[in-house]
Amino acid sequence: MADKPIPKPTPETQPYWDGARAGELRVQRCIACAEHYFYPRPFCPRCGSADVEWVAISGRARLHSYVISHRPAPGFEADAPYAIAVVALEEGPRLMTNIVGVDNTPEHLVLDMELEVTFQERGEQCLPVFRPAGARR
Amino acid sequence: MSVRGKVAIVGAAETDHLGVIPDQSALQLHAEAALNAIRDCGIDRRDIDGFAAAGQSPIAVAHYLGLTPRYLDGTSIGGCSFLVHVRHAAAAITAGLCEVVLITHGESGRSRVGAPSWPRDQASIQGQFEAPYGIMGPPTLFPIGVLRYMKTYGLTHEQLASVAVAQRKWASRNPRAYKRELVTVDDVLASPIIAYPMHLLECCLVTDGGGALILTSAARAAAMDLPRPPVYVLGTGESAESQTISMMEDFTTSRAFRVASASAFEEAGITHSDVDHLMVYDAFAHLPIYGLEDLGFVERGEAGAFVAEGNTEPGGRLPMNTNGGGLSYTHTGMYGMFAIQESVRQLRGTAPAQVPDAKISVAQGVGGMFMSAGTLVLGTAETV
Repeated sequence: MADKPIPKPTPETQPYWDGARAGELRVQRCIACAEHYFYPRPFCPRCGSADVEWVAISGRARLHSYVISHRPAPGFEADAPYAIAVVALEEGPRLMTNIVGVDNTPEHLVLDMELEVTFQERGEQCLPVFRPAGARR
Repeated sequence: MSVRGKVAIVGAAETDHLGVIPDQSALQLHAEAALNAIRDCGIDRRDIDGFAAAGQSPIAVAHYLGLTPRYLDGTSIGGCSFLVHVRHAAAAITAGLCEVVLITHGESGRSRVGAPSWPRDQASIQGQFEAPYGIMGPPTLFPIGVLRYMKTYGLTHEQLASVAVAQRKWASRNPRAYKRELVTVDDVLASPIIAYPMHLLECCLVTDGGGALILTSAARAAAMDLPRPPVYVLGTGESAESQTISMMEDFTTSRAFRVASASAFEEAGITHSDVDHLMVYDAFAHLPIYGLEDLGFVERGEAGAFVAEGNTEPGGRLPMNTNGGGLSYTHTGMYGMFAIQESVRQLRGTAPAQVPDAKISVAQGVGGMFMSAGTLVLGTAETV
Protein backbone atom coordinates (compact mmCIF):
# COMPACT_ATOMS: atom_id res chain seq x y z
CA MET A 1 0.00 0.00 0.00
CA ALA A 2 1.26 3.45 -0.88
CA ASP A 3 2.01 5.94 1.85
CA LYS A 4 -0.11 9.03 2.27
CA PRO A 5 1.42 12.10 0.59
CA ILE A 6 3.80 14.15 2.71
CA PRO A 7 3.83 17.89 2.12
CA LYS A 8 7.19 19.31 1.11
CA PRO A 9 7.74 22.82 2.51
CA THR A 10 9.19 25.62 0.41
CA PRO A 11 11.01 28.62 1.89
CA GLU A 12 7.89 30.77 2.06
CA THR A 13 5.78 28.00 3.65
CA GLN A 14 8.35 26.66 6.12
CA PRO A 15 7.03 28.71 9.10
CA TYR A 16 3.59 27.14 8.62
CA TRP A 17 5.00 23.63 8.86
CA ASP A 18 7.35 24.59 11.70
CA GLY A 19 4.28 25.87 13.56
CA ALA A 20 2.39 22.65 12.99
CA ARG A 21 5.39 20.72 14.33
CA ALA A 22 5.22 22.92 17.45
CA GLY A 23 1.48 22.30 17.81
CA GLU A 24 0.46 25.75 16.59
CA LEU A 25 -1.56 26.81 13.59
CA ARG A 26 0.31 29.79 12.17
CA VAL A 27 -0.77 31.98 9.27
CA GLN A 28 0.33 35.34 8.01
CA ARG A 29 -1.24 38.69 8.80
CA CYS A 30 -0.87 41.91 6.85
CA ILE A 31 0.03 44.81 9.13
CA ALA A 32 -1.54 47.39 6.82
CA CYS A 33 -4.81 45.51 6.15
CA ALA A 34 -4.93 43.93 9.62
CA GLU A 35 -6.21 40.82 7.82
CA HIS A 36 -4.99 37.24 8.03
CA TYR A 37 -4.38 35.34 4.80
CA PHE A 38 -3.59 31.85 3.60
CA TYR A 39 -1.74 30.15 1.78
CA PRO A 40 1.69 31.50 2.73
CA ARG A 41 3.16 34.25 0.56
CA PRO A 42 5.78 36.86 1.43
CA PHE A 43 3.37 39.72 0.70
CA CYS A 44 -0.30 40.48 1.21
CA PRO A 45 -2.50 39.26 -1.68
CA ARG A 46 -4.96 42.10 -0.99
CA CYS A 47 -2.68 45.15 -0.97
CA GLY A 48 0.73 43.83 -2.03
CA SER A 49 2.45 45.03 1.14
CA ALA A 50 5.48 43.04 2.25
CA ASP A 51 4.92 44.28 5.80
CA VAL A 52 3.46 40.98 7.00
CA GLU A 53 3.98 38.82 10.05
CA TRP A 54 3.50 35.21 11.08
CA VAL A 55 1.06 34.80 13.94
CA ALA A 56 -0.22 31.82 15.89
CA ILE A 57 -4.01 31.77 15.56
CA SER A 58 -6.78 30.33 17.68
CA GLY A 59 -7.25 27.07 15.80
CA ARG A 60 -11.01 27.58 15.96
CA ALA A 61 -12.95 27.15 12.73
CA ARG A 62 -16.32 26.30 11.23
CA LEU A 63 -17.05 23.61 8.69
CA HIS A 64 -17.46 25.47 5.40
CA SER A 65 -18.02 22.65 2.90
CA TYR A 66 -16.86 19.14 2.09
CA VAL A 67 -17.14 16.01 -0.01
CA ILE A 68 -17.09 12.46 1.29
CA SER A 69 -14.83 10.52 -1.04
CA HIS A 70 -15.71 6.91 -1.76
CA ARG A 71 -12.67 6.52 -4.01
CA PRO A 72 -9.66 6.58 -1.70
CA ALA A 73 -6.42 8.21 -2.72
CA PRO A 74 -3.33 5.97 -2.47
CA GLY A 75 -2.64 5.47 1.23
CA PHE A 76 -6.21 6.29 2.29
CA GLU A 77 -7.74 2.88 1.55
CA ALA A 78 -8.46 2.12 5.21
CA ASP A 79 -10.13 5.50 5.72
CA ALA A 80 -12.75 5.43 2.94
CA PRO A 81 -15.28 6.84 2.82
CA TYR A 82 -13.66 9.93 4.28
CA ALA A 83 -14.41 13.63 4.18
CA ILE A 84 -12.21 16.15 2.42
CA ALA A 85 -13.27 19.39 4.00
CA VAL A 86 -12.68 23.10 3.79
CA VAL A 87 -12.93 24.97 7.07
CA ALA A 88 -13.28 28.70 7.65
CA LEU A 89 -10.82 29.79 10.34
CA GLU A 90 -12.11 32.16 12.99
CA GLU A 91 -9.55 34.68 11.71
CA GLY A 92 -10.98 34.57 8.18
CA PRO A 93 -8.94 32.40 5.82
CA ARG A 94 -10.13 28.98 4.67
CA LEU A 95 -8.08 25.83 4.29
CA MET A 96 -8.53 22.24 3.23
CA THR A 97 -8.32 19.57 5.91
CA ASN A 98 -9.71 16.29 7.23
CA ILE A 99 -12.23 16.02 10.05
CA VAL A 100 -11.35 13.63 12.88
CA GLY A 101 -13.09 12.53 16.05
CA VAL A 102 -16.49 12.24 14.41
CA ASP A 103 -18.10 9.86 11.92
CA ASN A 104 -17.50 11.20 8.43
CA THR A 105 -21.15 11.00 7.40
CA PRO A 106 -23.54 13.71 6.17
CA GLU A 107 -25.53 13.31 9.40
CA HIS A 108 -22.53 14.04 11.60
CA LEU A 109 -20.84 16.63 9.42
CA VAL A 110 -23.15 19.61 9.57
CA LEU A 111 -22.09 22.79 7.79
CA ASP A 112 -20.97 25.58 10.11
CA MET A 113 -20.38 23.22 13.04
CA GLU A 114 -17.65 24.44 15.36
CA LEU A 115 -14.24 22.80 15.02
CA GLU A 116 -10.80 23.08 16.54
CA VAL A 117 -7.40 22.21 15.18
CA THR A 118 -5.37 19.19 16.16
CA PHE A 119 -2.30 17.72 14.54
CA GLN A 120 -1.40 14.38 12.98
CA GLU A 121 2.09 13.04 12.31
CA ARG A 122 2.69 12.62 8.57
CA GLY A 123 6.24 11.49 7.84
CA GLU A 124 8.60 14.25 8.96
CA GLN A 125 5.71 16.78 8.98
CA CYS A 126 2.74 17.46 11.23
CA LEU A 127 -0.58 17.94 9.47
CA PRO A 128 -3.28 20.28 10.81
CA VAL A 129 -6.65 18.48 10.95
CA PHE A 130 -9.85 19.49 12.72
CA ARG A 131 -12.20 17.88 15.24
CA PRO A 132 -15.49 19.00 16.75
CA ALA A 133 -14.88 21.79 19.25
CA GLY A 134 -14.78 20.60 22.83
CA ALA A 135 -14.15 16.99 21.87
CA ARG A 136 -11.84 15.11 24.21
CA ARG A 137 -8.23 15.13 23.05
CA MET B 1 -9.65 46.45 -30.22
CA SER B 2 -12.58 44.14 -30.73
CA VAL B 3 -12.49 41.06 -32.93
CA ARG B 4 -16.27 41.05 -33.31
CA GLY B 5 -17.21 39.57 -36.66
CA LYS B 6 -13.68 39.83 -38.06
CA VAL B 7 -12.79 36.14 -37.79
CA ALA B 8 -14.72 33.00 -38.67
CA ILE B 9 -14.56 29.32 -37.83
CA VAL B 10 -14.56 27.73 -41.27
CA GLY B 11 -13.53 24.17 -40.42
CA ALA B 12 -14.79 22.11 -37.50
CA ALA B 13 -14.65 18.38 -36.96
CA GLU B 14 -14.18 15.67 -34.37
CA THR B 15 -12.29 12.40 -34.60
CA ASP B 16 -14.00 9.60 -36.52
CA HIS B 17 -14.76 7.85 -33.27
CA LEU B 18 -15.36 9.00 -29.70
CA GLY B 19 -15.45 6.84 -26.60
CA VAL B 20 -13.01 3.98 -26.30
CA ILE B 21 -10.19 4.17 -28.88
CA PRO B 22 -7.38 1.92 -27.67
CA ASP B 23 -5.59 1.84 -31.04
CA GLN B 24 -4.79 5.56 -31.41
CA SER B 25 -2.34 7.73 -29.49
CA ALA B 26 -3.28 11.14 -28.15
CA LEU B 27 -1.16 12.86 -30.80
CA GLN B 28 -2.76 10.75 -33.51
CA LEU B 29 -6.18 11.89 -32.31
CA HIS B 30 -5.05 15.53 -32.72
CA ALA B 31 -3.93 14.77 -36.26
CA GLU B 32 -7.04 12.85 -37.26
CA ALA B 33 -9.25 15.67 -36.01
CA ALA B 34 -7.05 18.17 -37.88
CA LEU B 35 -7.31 16.27 -41.16
CA ASN B 36 -11.08 16.00 -40.70
CA ALA B 37 -11.34 19.76 -40.11
CA ILE B 38 -9.20 20.44 -43.21
CA ARG B 39 -11.51 18.19 -45.23
CA ASP B 40 -14.54 19.84 -43.64
CA CYS B 41 -13.69 23.25 -45.12
CA GLY B 42 -11.65 22.20 -48.16
CA ILE B 43 -8.71 24.47 -47.36
CA ASP B 44 -5.25 23.69 -48.76
CA ARG B 45 -3.43 22.29 -45.73
CA ARG B 46 -0.31 24.26 -46.68
CA ASP B 47 -2.25 27.47 -46.05
CA ILE B 48 -2.36 26.72 -42.32
CA ASP B 49 0.26 28.94 -40.70
CA GLY B 50 -0.93 29.07 -37.10
CA PHE B 51 -1.19 26.22 -34.59
CA ALA B 52 -2.76 26.02 -31.16
CA ALA B 53 -3.05 22.96 -28.96
CA ALA B 54 -3.24 21.88 -25.33
CA GLY B 55 -2.30 18.53 -23.86
CA GLN B 56 0.12 17.99 -26.70
CA SER B 57 2.44 20.75 -27.89
CA PRO B 58 1.36 22.74 -30.96
CA ILE B 59 4.92 22.12 -32.17
CA ALA B 60 4.30 18.37 -32.08
CA VAL B 61 1.01 18.76 -33.93
CA ALA B 62 2.50 20.96 -36.66
CA HIS B 63 5.45 18.64 -37.21
CA TYR B 64 3.25 15.51 -37.14
CA LEU B 65 1.21 17.11 -39.95
CA GLY B 66 4.39 18.19 -41.81
CA LEU B 67 3.57 21.90 -41.65
CA THR B 68 5.56 25.03 -40.80
CA PRO B 69 4.13 27.41 -38.14
CA ARG B 70 4.35 31.19 -38.14
CA TYR B 71 2.16 31.44 -35.04
CA LEU B 72 2.06 29.11 -32.02
CA ASP B 73 -0.24 29.09 -29.02
CA GLY B 74 0.48 26.47 -26.39
CA THR B 75 -1.81 28.00 -23.79
CA SER B 76 -2.66 25.10 -21.54
CA ILE B 77 -5.03 26.20 -18.79
CA GLY B 78 -7.20 23.11 -18.57
CA GLY B 79 -10.32 22.10 -20.47
CA CYS B 80 -11.19 25.65 -21.54
CA SER B 81 -7.85 26.06 -23.36
CA PHE B 82 -9.48 25.69 -26.78
CA LEU B 83 -11.98 28.46 -26.17
CA VAL B 84 -9.06 30.67 -25.20
CA HIS B 85 -7.14 29.49 -28.30
CA VAL B 86 -10.07 30.76 -30.40
CA ARG B 87 -9.84 34.11 -28.62
CA HIS B 88 -6.09 34.38 -29.15
CA ALA B 89 -6.33 33.19 -32.76
CA ALA B 90 -8.98 35.79 -33.51
CA ALA B 91 -6.69 38.49 -32.12
CA ALA B 92 -3.66 37.14 -33.99
CA ILE B 93 -5.50 36.90 -37.31
CA THR B 94 -6.97 40.39 -36.85
CA ALA B 95 -3.49 41.74 -36.06
CA GLY B 96 -2.02 40.05 -39.13
CA LEU B 97 0.29 37.66 -37.29
CA CYS B 98 -1.03 34.75 -39.34
CA GLU B 99 -3.85 33.91 -41.71
CA VAL B 100 -5.17 30.45 -40.93
CA VAL B 101 -5.09 28.92 -37.46
CA LEU B 102 -5.59 25.24 -36.67
CA ILE B 103 -6.69 24.47 -33.10
CA THR B 104 -6.51 20.81 -32.10
CA HIS B 105 -7.52 18.62 -29.21
CA GLY B 106 -6.83 14.91 -28.86
CA GLU B 107 -6.83 12.99 -25.63
CA SER B 108 -6.56 9.35 -24.78
CA GLY B 109 -8.33 10.07 -21.53
CA ARG B 110 -9.68 6.56 -21.09
CA SER B 111 -7.17 4.30 -22.87
CA ARG B 112 -4.13 6.43 -21.94
CA VAL B 113 -2.26 5.71 -25.20
CA GLY B 114 0.61 8.17 -25.52
CA ALA B 115 -1.07 10.31 -22.89
CA PRO B 116 1.05 12.67 -20.80
CA SER B 117 1.34 11.88 -17.11
CA TRP B 118 1.05 14.57 -14.47
CA PRO B 119 3.42 13.86 -11.59
CA ARG B 120 2.31 15.58 -8.41
CA ASP B 121 4.82 18.00 -6.98
CA GLN B 122 4.62 17.74 -3.20
CA ALA B 123 6.18 21.20 -2.88
CA SER B 124 3.46 22.86 -5.00
CA ILE B 125 0.64 24.73 -3.30
CA GLN B 126 -1.67 21.81 -4.00
CA GLY B 127 1.00 19.31 -2.96
CA GLN B 128 1.38 21.01 0.41
CA PHE B 129 -2.12 22.12 1.25
CA GLU B 130 -4.56 19.78 -0.54
CA ALA B 131 -2.90 16.48 -1.49
CA PRO B 132 -2.11 15.45 2.12
CA TYR B 133 -5.85 15.29 2.83
CA GLY B 134 -6.58 12.47 0.40
CA ILE B 135 -7.71 14.20 -2.77
CA MET B 136 -8.34 11.75 -5.60
CA GLY B 137 -8.69 13.70 -8.82
CA PRO B 138 -11.50 16.00 -9.89
CA PRO B 139 -14.40 14.10 -8.20
CA THR B 140 -12.96 14.93 -4.78
CA LEU B 141 -12.18 18.56 -5.63
CA PHE B 142 -14.59 20.05 -8.15
CA PRO B 143 -17.73 19.44 -6.04
CA ILE B 144 -16.21 20.60 -2.76
CA GLY B 145 -18.34 23.75 -2.72
CA VAL B 146 -21.62 22.07 -3.61
CA LEU B 147 -22.82 21.52 -0.03
CA ARG B 148 -22.13 25.19 0.71
CA TYR B 149 -24.12 26.16 -2.38
CA MET B 150 -26.97 23.88 -1.27
CA LYS B 151 -27.07 25.41 2.20
CA THR B 152 -26.88 28.96 0.85
CA TYR B 153 -29.54 28.65 -1.83
CA GLY B 154 -31.60 25.59 -0.92
CA LEU B 155 -30.58 23.59 -4.00
CA THR B 156 -31.92 20.05 -3.54
CA HIS B 157 -30.29 16.75 -4.44
CA GLU B 158 -33.20 16.19 -6.84
CA GLN B 159 -32.59 19.50 -8.63
CA LEU B 160 -28.90 18.69 -8.97
CA ALA B 161 -29.78 15.28 -10.40
CA SER B 162 -32.12 16.95 -12.90
CA VAL B 163 -29.08 18.39 -14.71
CA ALA B 164 -28.02 14.85 -15.64
CA VAL B 165 -31.61 13.94 -16.57
CA ALA B 166 -31.98 16.94 -18.89
CA GLN B 167 -28.71 16.30 -20.65
CA ARG B 168 -29.48 12.64 -21.19
CA LYS B 169 -32.62 13.77 -23.03
CA TRP B 170 -30.40 15.64 -25.47
CA ALA B 171 -27.98 12.72 -25.71
CA SER B 172 -30.81 10.32 -26.51
CA ARG B 173 -31.20 12.24 -29.78
CA ASN B 174 -27.52 12.07 -30.65
CA PRO B 175 -26.17 8.87 -32.25
CA ARG B 176 -22.57 9.79 -31.32
CA ALA B 177 -23.35 10.24 -27.62
CA TYR B 178 -21.64 7.71 -25.35
CA LYS B 179 -24.69 7.34 -23.05
CA ARG B 180 -28.12 7.55 -24.69
CA GLU B 181 -30.62 5.73 -22.47
CA LEU B 182 -33.00 8.12 -20.73
CA VAL B 183 -32.62 8.34 -16.97
CA THR B 184 -34.83 9.67 -14.17
CA VAL B 185 -33.97 11.67 -11.09
CA ASP B 186 -34.42 8.46 -9.08
CA ASP B 187 -31.96 6.66 -11.37
CA VAL B 188 -29.38 9.40 -10.79
CA LEU B 189 -29.83 9.36 -7.03
CA ALA B 190 -29.68 5.53 -7.00
CA SER B 191 -26.34 5.48 -8.83
CA PRO B 192 -23.26 4.95 -6.66
CA ILE B 193 -21.94 7.86 -4.63
CA ILE B 194 -18.50 8.85 -5.94
CA ALA B 195 -17.86 11.79 -3.63
CA TYR B 196 -20.90 12.85 -1.59
CA PRO B 197 -23.01 14.72 -2.63
CA MET B 198 -22.13 13.62 -6.18
CA HIS B 199 -23.44 10.37 -7.66
CA LEU B 200 -21.90 8.52 -10.58
CA LEU B 201 -24.42 9.92 -13.08
CA GLU B 202 -23.58 13.44 -11.91
CA CYS B 203 -19.92 12.94 -12.86
CA CYS B 204 -18.57 13.20 -16.39
CA LEU B 205 -17.62 10.32 -18.63
CA VAL B 206 -13.98 9.37 -19.19
CA THR B 207 -13.40 8.83 -22.91
CA ASP B 208 -10.96 9.06 -25.82
CA GLY B 209 -11.38 11.45 -28.72
CA GLY B 210 -10.45 14.73 -30.31
CA GLY B 211 -11.60 17.71 -32.28
CA ALA B 212 -10.19 20.49 -34.41
CA LEU B 213 -11.11 23.96 -35.60
CA ILE B 214 -9.81 26.08 -38.47
CA LEU B 215 -10.14 29.85 -38.23
CA THR B 216 -9.43 32.58 -40.72
CA SER B 217 -10.45 36.16 -41.37
CA ALA B 218 -14.05 36.90 -42.29
CA ALA B 219 -12.80 38.35 -45.58
CA ARG B 220 -10.91 35.19 -46.48
CA ALA B 221 -13.86 33.04 -45.36
CA ALA B 222 -16.12 34.98 -47.71
CA ALA B 223 -13.76 34.24 -50.61
CA MET B 224 -13.66 30.51 -49.89
CA ASP B 225 -16.03 28.04 -51.48
CA LEU B 226 -17.18 26.60 -48.17
CA PRO B 227 -19.51 23.61 -48.09
CA ARG B 228 -20.99 24.83 -44.80
CA PRO B 229 -21.56 28.39 -43.63
CA PRO B 230 -18.82 30.09 -41.62
CA VAL B 231 -19.47 30.69 -37.93
CA TYR B 232 -18.35 34.11 -36.72
CA VAL B 233 -16.55 35.00 -33.52
CA LEU B 234 -18.67 37.75 -31.94
CA GLY B 235 -17.18 37.96 -28.47
CA THR B 236 -14.54 36.32 -26.33
CA GLY B 237 -13.33 36.28 -22.74
CA GLU B 238 -10.90 34.53 -20.46
CA SER B 239 -9.96 34.64 -16.81
CA ALA B 240 -8.58 32.59 -13.95
CA GLU B 241 -8.90 32.29 -10.22
CA SER B 242 -6.96 29.74 -8.14
CA GLN B 243 -5.14 26.54 -9.02
CA THR B 244 -6.39 25.14 -5.71
CA ILE B 245 -10.17 25.07 -5.38
CA SER B 246 -9.96 25.37 -1.60
CA MET B 247 -8.74 28.95 -2.16
CA MET B 248 -11.78 30.04 -4.22
CA GLU B 249 -13.07 33.30 -2.80
CA ASP B 250 -16.71 32.17 -2.83
CA PHE B 251 -17.81 28.53 -3.02
CA THR B 252 -21.14 29.42 -4.61
CA THR B 253 -19.86 31.28 -7.68
CA SER B 254 -16.90 31.23 -10.07
CA ARG B 255 -15.13 34.57 -10.41
CA ALA B 256 -13.45 33.29 -13.58
CA PHE B 257 -16.86 32.49 -15.12
CA ARG B 258 -18.14 35.95 -14.27
CA VAL B 259 -15.13 37.83 -15.62
CA ALA B 260 -14.73 35.82 -18.84
CA SER B 261 -18.41 35.82 -19.74
CA ALA B 262 -18.90 39.52 -19.02
CA SER B 263 -16.03 40.29 -21.39
CA ALA B 264 -17.48 38.09 -24.13
CA PHE B 265 -21.01 39.46 -23.83
CA GLU B 266 -19.75 43.04 -23.88
CA GLU B 267 -17.58 42.50 -26.94
CA ALA B 268 -20.42 40.76 -28.75
CA GLY B 269 -22.83 43.52 -27.79
CA ILE B 270 -25.54 41.04 -26.84
CA THR B 271 -27.93 40.51 -23.98
CA HIS B 272 -29.11 37.19 -22.56
CA SER B 273 -32.35 37.26 -24.53
CA ASP B 274 -30.28 37.23 -27.75
CA VAL B 275 -28.83 33.80 -26.92
CA ASP B 276 -30.47 30.89 -28.74
CA HIS B 277 -28.20 28.12 -27.53
CA LEU B 278 -25.86 27.61 -24.59
CA MET B 279 -23.03 25.24 -23.80
CA VAL B 280 -21.72 25.14 -20.23
CA TYR B 281 -18.80 22.80 -19.67
CA ASP B 282 -20.20 20.10 -17.42
CA ALA B 283 -17.48 18.04 -15.82
CA PHE B 284 -19.99 17.61 -12.98
CA ALA B 285 -23.70 18.32 -12.66
CA HIS B 286 -23.21 21.45 -10.60
CA LEU B 287 -21.23 23.30 -13.26
CA PRO B 288 -24.27 24.21 -15.38
CA ILE B 289 -25.94 25.45 -12.17
CA TYR B 290 -23.03 27.78 -11.46
CA GLY B 291 -22.73 28.68 -15.13
CA LEU B 292 -26.37 29.69 -15.59
CA GLU B 293 -26.02 32.07 -12.63
CA ASP B 294 -22.49 33.33 -13.22
CA LEU B 295 -23.26 34.13 -16.85
CA GLY B 296 -26.39 35.93 -15.70
CA PHE B 297 -29.09 33.83 -17.36
CA VAL B 298 -30.88 33.47 -14.02
CA GLU B 299 -30.59 35.10 -10.62
CA ARG B 300 -28.50 33.66 -7.78
CA GLY B 301 -30.01 30.48 -6.40
CA GLU B 302 -32.49 30.05 -9.24
CA ALA B 303 -30.57 27.72 -11.55
CA GLY B 304 -31.52 24.44 -9.87
CA ALA B 305 -35.24 25.11 -10.24
CA PHE B 306 -34.67 26.49 -13.74
CA VAL B 307 -33.14 23.20 -14.88
CA ALA B 308 -35.57 21.00 -12.90
CA GLU B 309 -38.51 22.80 -14.55
CA GLY B 310 -37.21 21.75 -17.98
CA ASN B 311 -36.04 25.08 -19.34
CA THR B 312 -32.78 23.65 -20.68
CA GLU B 313 -34.26 20.44 -22.13
CA PRO B 314 -35.37 19.80 -25.71
CA GLY B 315 -38.22 22.25 -26.32
CA GLY B 316 -37.18 24.45 -23.39
CA ARG B 317 -36.54 28.16 -23.73
CA LEU B 318 -32.76 27.93 -23.21
CA PRO B 319 -31.41 24.77 -24.90
CA MET B 320 -28.23 23.87 -23.03
CA ASN B 321 -25.57 21.20 -23.58
CA THR B 322 -27.42 19.87 -26.57
CA ASN B 323 -24.84 17.23 -27.47
CA GLY B 324 -25.48 15.58 -24.09
CA GLY B 325 -22.46 17.28 -22.54
CA GLY B 326 -19.60 15.82 -20.62
CA LEU B 327 -22.11 13.84 -18.59
CA SER B 328 -23.51 11.93 -21.59
CA TYR B 329 -21.79 12.81 -24.90
CA THR B 330 -18.07 12.51 -24.31
CA HIS B 331 -15.43 13.79 -21.88
CA THR B 332 -11.83 13.16 -22.80
CA GLY B 333 -10.39 15.24 -19.97
CA MET B 334 -10.26 18.61 -21.69
CA TYR B 335 -13.85 18.75 -22.92
CA GLY B 336 -13.92 22.38 -24.08
CA MET B 337 -13.25 21.49 -27.70
CA PHE B 338 -16.49 19.49 -27.82
CA ALA B 339 -18.52 22.40 -26.44
CA ILE B 340 -17.23 24.58 -29.29
CA GLN B 341 -17.91 21.83 -31.85
CA GLU B 342 -21.55 21.63 -30.73
CA SER B 343 -21.96 25.41 -30.87
CA VAL B 344 -20.61 25.35 -34.43
CA ARG B 345 -22.94 22.49 -35.44
CA GLN B 346 -25.95 24.30 -34.01
CA LEU B 347 -25.10 27.51 -35.90
CA ARG B 348 -24.45 25.58 -39.09
CA GLY B 349 -27.77 23.79 -38.65
CA THR B 350 -26.11 20.36 -38.67
CA ALA B 351 -26.53 19.25 -35.05
CA PRO B 352 -28.11 15.83 -34.42
CA ALA B 353 -30.45 17.49 -31.92
CA GLN B 354 -30.85 20.75 -33.79
CA VAL B 355 -32.23 23.86 -32.08
CA PRO B 356 -34.54 25.50 -34.64
CA ASP B 357 -33.14 28.69 -36.14
CA ALA B 358 -30.16 29.02 -33.77
CA LYS B 359 -28.28 32.22 -34.60
CA ILE B 360 -26.27 33.03 -31.48
CA SER B 361 -24.58 30.43 -29.33
CA VAL B 362 -22.59 30.93 -26.13
CA ALA B 363 -19.97 28.39 -25.07
CA GLN B 364 -18.64 28.58 -21.53
CA GLY B 365 -15.52 26.61 -20.69
CA VAL B 366 -13.87 25.82 -17.39
CA GLY B 367 -10.30 24.77 -16.69
CA GLY B 368 -9.11 22.75 -13.72
CA MET B 369 -11.47 22.99 -10.77
CA PHE B 370 -12.94 26.47 -11.32
CA MET B 371 -9.31 27.39 -11.94
CA SER B 372 -9.77 29.18 -15.26
CA ALA B 373 -12.46 30.02 -17.77
CA GLY B 374 -12.99 30.88 -21.41
CA THR B 375 -16.15 32.19 -23.04
CA LEU B 376 -17.09 32.42 -26.72
CA VAL B 377 -20.07 34.13 -28.29
CA LEU B 378 -20.48 32.73 -31.79
CA GLY B 379 -22.98 33.71 -34.45
CA THR B 380 -24.26 33.13 -37.95
CA ALA B 381 -23.60 35.62 -40.81
CA GLU B 382 -26.76 37.58 -40.09
CA THR B 383 -25.59 38.36 -36.52
CA VAL B 384 -22.36 40.04 -37.60
